[in-house]
Amino acid sequence: MKHTIAVLVNNKPGVLAKVAGLFARRGYNIDSLAVNATVDGNYPDPAGDKYSRMTLVVDDEGDPGIMDQIEKQLDKLVDVVHLSDHTQTQVVRRELALIKIRATPEQRSEVFTVCQIFRALIVDIGEGVIMVEVGGAPEKVDAMVEVLRPYGILELVRTGRVVLVRGQRMT
Amino acid sequence: MPTMTGSQALLRVLKENGVDVIFGIPGGVTIPIYDALYDEPSIRHILVRHEQAAALAAEGYARRSGKVGVCLATSGPGATNLVTGIANAMMDSIPIVAITGQVKTFAIGRDSFQEADVTGITMPITKHNRLVKRPQDLLETLREAFYIARTGRPGPVLVDLPSDVSTSQVEWVGPHPNGDFQLEGYHPPGEGDPLAIAEAARLIDAAERPILYVGGGAVSANASEPVRALARKANLYVVNTLLGKGVYPETDRQSLGMPGMHGTTYASYAINHCDLMIVVGARFDDRVTGDLKTFAPGAKVIHIDIDPAEIGKNRAADVAIEGDARLVVRALVEQVAPRERGAWEESLDQYRAEHPLTVPESDELTPQQVIQAVYEVTEGNAVVTTDVGQHQMWAAQFYLAKEPRQFLSSGGLGAMGYGFPAAIGAQVADPEAVVFDIAGDGSIQMNIQELATATHEQLPVKVAVLNNGYLGMVRQWQELLYQKRYSGVRLAGNPDFVKVAEAYGATGRTVTRPAEVRPALEWSLTVTDRPCFLDFRVAPEESVFPMIPAGKSFSDIWETHPNPSKGADR
Repeated sequence: MKHTIAVLVNNKPGVLAKVAGLFARRGYNIDSLAVNATVDGNYPDPAGDKYSRMTLVVDDEGDPGIMDQIEKQLDKLVDVVHLSDHTQTQVVRRELALIKIRATPEQRSEVFTVCQIFRALIVDIGEGVIMVEVGGAPEKVDAMVEVLRPYGILELVRTGRVVLVRGQRMT
Repeated sequence: MPTMTGSQALLRVLKENGVDVIFGIPGGVTIPIYDALYDEPSIRHILVRHEQAAALAAEGYARRSGKVGVCLATSGPGATNLVTGIANAMMDSIPIVAITGQVKTFAIGRDSFQEADVTGITMPITKHNRLVKRPQDLLETLREAFYIARTGRPGPVLVDLPSDVSTSQVEWVGPHPNGDFQLEGYHPPGEGDPLAIAEAARLIDAAERPILYVGGGAVSANASEPVRALARKANLYVVNTLLGKGVYPETDRQSLGMPGMHGTTYASYAINHCDLMIVVGARFDDRVTGDLKTFAPGAKVIHIDIDPAEIGKNRAADVAIEGDARLVVRALVEQVAPRERGAWEESLDQYRAEHPLTVPESDELTPQQVIQAVYEVTEGNAVVTTDVGQHQMWAAQFYLAKEPRQFLSSGGLGAMGYGFPAAIGAQVADPEAVVFDIAGDGSIQMNIQELATATHEQLPVKVAVLNNGYLGMVRQWQELLYQKRYSGVRLAGNPDFVKVAEAYGATGRTVTRPAEVRPALEWSLTVTDRPCFLDFRVAPEESVFPMIPAGKSFSDIWETHPNPSKGADR
């Protein structure tokens, strides 16, 4: 089962390496990772540069004990301020992908229609190619990729997942 | 606000944290720090001969004193030489602060002379580390380092100091009463959940066959006094890990000693038959448990640990108490009921009588005899350090510890070379103590250069080498598990250790016959101004028993040699 963990960390050099290293040396795999400077109302930070948010997707490989260890080991890192597992909570989940596909001029309108259905954007058109930007829940991005695959995907980049808890509760 | 150099500020923070001794070796980028030390008579610098010994001596100092040990090394090779010592402190949860020099901030990342990515290298083997890139971060980083090293589950913290930071001007700000650093992500547990403690007390009261299992965490937490009170009030028999020796006096009737691979048969028996295990600051290491599936099969587990990640890591806990062992066990003492458990106590006493640990009868000089004699001559009062291997296990078996911080050994990492530097650190921490390093002829050679340090510092450390001419533990496994195919274990080329000691200005004696053992030991106690090196030429192929082979169960225990015809086909 895949778990989504939101980790608030100190925005200091080496922290990403500490988190990534912890996963590597204990043999846990990271499926996806997103990290950037952040704001968290529970932790005052007037200058807005003290904290980063890491959002990790981790596969427990069928062993629920692994998540317990991962979370406890992460929590032991001095630079980890707060963490929570959002696999079961009501969250908004988002990923973003840029997909460059082959498309002849005759196929453009067809691709355009597909993009409308997925509320994706065409962000570039070149000779024989179209670049599509699609954002949303991971399943939607997956579906968009599958729909575009028959055209011939030349390049694909995709961000790590980010999540935010719905309502007043904090992530 | 007064300003001073980064190096002077470093020394002031050390003093503020009660540091009066540091172990180190200077190098190019730490000259500014040594220059500041020149004017700082209240900090004693002990010049070791290899940085690994600086880290291990700092650990010996920390273990004996309960304070934070400090080691200092230069950039690059100086820092990488610390690595084994730092890893050892991590595995055994020993509070040390390692200060390393680093090349100037603008030279970092350019493969400069003596540059190494020390915070990168030590990331997995430190509790925390930090490269100080800006002078204004120096005070906070150093104060954090001491706080993190000694609180919670103790461990090594490394601070990497570029030389331009140690020469730059720093505005001195005294420590804030509430600490002048913010560690939002670091909250060591305290008293433990009262509901869990009440449930634990209920389980203890109800148990018919309980065992108290204490580890190094009970030493770190200074929990010996409440552990003893708990054992006495609830009539609990006690087993201890290698690092937990002395938390409960091993000389007491209720102590069963150490369980596990080379523990006593009766300690392993007790664990195998108990219905409740009260675990205080121990982590179910594989050398204790063997096969986890068959370890303590009928036992419920109360697990008390300050590190939540240890609870449930190797063995599920029925009652988990995250907290300071001293406070948690104190609360337990108040809540448990006094009770006798006649049948269980009798069965343990009887089993112990039937399966004793024995010193083998022999005309040869045996290692067990030597340790027994060290124990008797020192009346069980010495501070004992060990290296790693057969001698370590014999020392654990036959040198019973009465007090915590008396038996210092490399447990988790199993680092040969630990014993002698650790003995130096322990002797510095406790100048009045009789300190014995029990070593093997293999492991002593991993830090034998520290004879120079100990001689120069006039430290009367005793080194008892059990010299069997082999890397004995590997030889033992090859004998028992690899059809006596001895590969790479013969220590041909050993020097005359006494001559080596004498060349350094220490003294020593070679002992070859049983009758010479006690006189040599008694003589060593009269040497008070220099190290004393005793080279005991012991039976070469003696093995450590009992033995539960790696990954096996109590039912697989070899109480004695499984194939007594040893040596016949060699």
